[in-house]
Amino acid sequence: MSRFSKSVLVLALFGASTAAVAFDNFKGVGRQATPAEVKAWDIDVRPDFKGLPKGSGSVDRGQELFEEKCASCHGTFGESNEVFTPLVGGTTKDDIKAGRVKGLSSGELPQRTTFTKVATISTVFDYIQRAMPWTAPKSLKPDDVYAILAYMLNLSEMVPSDFVLSDKNIADVQKMLPNRDGMTTDHGMWPGASAAKGGIGNGGKPDTSNKACMKNCKSEVQIGSTLPDYARTAHGELADQNRSYGPVRGTKTLGTAAAAAAPAAVSPAMELATKNGCMACHGVNNKIVGPGYNEVQARYKDQPDAETRLVAKVKNGGQGVWGSVPMPPNAHLQDADIKTLVQWIMAGAK
Amino acid sequence: MVDSVNKPGRLRPAPENFLSEEQIKAVGAGRRDFLRKSFLAAGAALAAPLAARAADGDPNILQNPEWTTTLGQPVALRPYGSPSKYESQLVRRESPGLARVGGASVSFAPLQGMFGIITPSGLHFERHHQGWHDIDPSRHRLMVNGSDDSLLKKPKVYTMDELMRLPPVSRIHFIECGANTGLEWGNVAVPTVQYTHGMLSCSEFTGVPLKTLLDDCGVDYKKARYVLAEGADGSSMTRTIPMEMVESGEVMVAYGQNGEMLRPENGYPLRLVVPGVQGVSWVKWLRRIEVGDKPWATKDEAVHYIDLLPNGLHRQYSSIQECKSVITTPSGGQTLLDKGFYNVSGIAWSGRGRIKQVDVSFDGGINWQTARIEGPIQNKALTRFNINWVWDGKPAILQSRAMDETGFVQPTYGQLRKVRGTKSIYHNNAIQSWKVVESGEVSNVQVL
Repeated sequence: MSRFSKSVLVLALFGASTAAVAFDNFKGVGRQATPAEVKAWDIDVRPDFKGLPKGSGSVDRGQELFEEKCASCHGTFGESNEVFTPLVGGTTKDDIKAGRVKGLSSGELPQRTTFTKVATISTVFDYIQRAMPWTAPKSLKPDDVYAILAYMLNLSEMVPSDFVLSDKNIADVQKMLPNRDGMTTDHGMWPGASAAKGGIGNGGKPDTSNKACMKNCKSEVQIGSTLPDYARTAHGELADQNRSYGPVRGTKTLGTAAAAAAPAAVSPAMELATKNGCMACHGVNNKIVGPGYNEVQARYKDQPDAETRLVAKVKNGGQGVWGSVPMPPNAHLQDADIKTLVQWIMAGAK
Repeated sequence: MVDSVNKPGRLRPAPENFLSEEQIKAVGAGRRDFLRKSFLAAGAALAAPLAARAADGDPNILQNPEWTTTLGQPVALRPYGSPSKYESQLVRRESPGLARVGGASVSFAPLQGMFGIITPSGLHFERHHQGWHDIDPSRHRLMVNGSDDSLLKKPKVYTMDELMRLPPVSRIHFIECGANTGLEWGNVAVPTVQYTHGMLSCSEFTGVPLKTLLDDCGVDYKKARYVLAEGADGSSMTRTIPMEMVESGEVMVAYGQNGEMLRPENGYPLRLVVPGVQGVSWVKWLRRIEVGDKPWATKDEAVHYIDLLPNGLHRQYSSIQECKSVITTPSGGQTLLDKGFYNVSGIAWSGRGRIKQVDVSFDGGINWQTARIEGPIQNKALTRFNINWVWDGKPAILQSRAMDETGFVQPTYGQLRKVRGTKSIYHNNAIQSWKVVESGEVSNVQVL
């Protein structure tokens, strides 16, 4: 056989093999997932409730869980705007009837909450199950998720206080959501066919159609808004946010004294507090959800066992000393770090 | 010298930059003798030899600096290099009051001092939903499965070892948060381009087209028209991705960024790259891909990242970032050194393809000139533009207006608000205006 015909043969074999194994081109790469592996990770719940786990939970049980695990960020009634945007509020009985939250178009709504927006209760179930609570995601059992959701539905005046939410009735609840008819996909920011042709968008048609006019495009320049004075200084010294050489300089916004000083070094304890989310609820000199560190220091400074007591409170959580919003336990913190934090707070949190 | 350099108002280059603002005004008013007096005064105040040399020329030339007369540092002193100590001012920054929890916040890239189109990985903007982790790549897995068994031949698991054996592609793409410029929907709210447009970065990403993996699992593309991407962080962030984009070959499972591995803040060791689409869909720490026949309405496409319209409806699954541009030099919060020549520079981008043209106006949009586009013009990537400008010292309003290859022209604020109102939060691609006043200070304004 000539060399020529050999290479033809090789080519023919190669061609045949690529065509034959369309789904096994990459031999030795990847392996089949086991059913247990898929079950462990595939926890998503769709609007048609595909993926919903079986289970149930009552409003009462939900209230207990909410106060224990959720209220420190979201407030006892899911109304808090301190750490995250509010969950509950802004919806009316009429909205529940209509399926559209009136406040969204009337301008009467001071702030949107989760329940003023969401059109699919599956979304809230899925999110609580995968991501909550904040410091211990995926620690809730399905029954816990049903219960917490039942409590939120009760707060939203959708279900009575003796209600039990379950995989059997969650689809009925979805049909009662106050903003269930409040979504549209009629826009150009999703690719593919329009909704009329089996897709979900408008087929890619943009909202605006500006023209690239070059000369005498308008008779006057209409200024809609200028930078307010407070906003000029709200982002710190702008001179320090630009190079000190080159074609421009950063504009000096804060005056000499503050600007000249280098940014204060952050103490290791402050870093710990920031990294571990303490600063979300406690300010150095101000109450946020929990008391400011200055208030904690003032209250405990004359107590000989203050350090031991505060270490225990940070570790195990507490409630009642500063009001009804509980401090969650912080099991993720090391004992030595808690001690550092407490000593720092008692020394003035500098 | 340092003081006068940092003073707002018109700044003079050497040698007269030791003059105070009042003295500069006096000179401007014609009192030339003041200048001579000031030289004398400065000479007396400074060390005598320096003042003496100033008459002969620049002391930086006349007297060799220490870096010219001493031994420098050896190689590998800093095995992973870092920027000059003189560059500490251009860093990622948070916008005060925007978020109260660092783990669910944003840091903005310092666009005001960046060049070209590539974002250094250490300056790439950040947005996390439940904090970031530095994931052990040897324990990271990517699973591909289906909403039900009929949608693919077999669900599979890949290790990083395996993903990095597959044929990779490297492409340059921009990533922009859907909420970029979102603070400015109603009115001017923030002072600099870092905060107006800094949720924007552009990198060379290296990875495997997602289609390669879906083919490998035997996905039925007729039935499976949607893809769910899920992260491995605490939030296990999820978003629905259109299968059309996966089929185009553009969507990528990336591990490389600018020649090295992704940074932990940007999804190390694996993230989804969805060119042209808002950042939230570029799921970081990617651990799972699910194919399905319907979208999922996840939290970040049913509660957040939905665009409120004036009629009270929310737009859901808004994804593509439309054509947009911004001038970065000079920009808000900067002050021009003096009258005279400047190279005005900025960036343009479009989620629908390549940039075709960028026009710049110096009079608030009455007249426009086409800017130079240098360097590569790439698909769904930042594109740098430049234009010459001789500033006459009079007030001016600078704007840039981009057009992409579809012929779409970036809208004015007036045009955009007419359709979307002022409460949309997301997808603000309006023309940005910077006002220059006589002192040389540049500030953020909105032209309708």
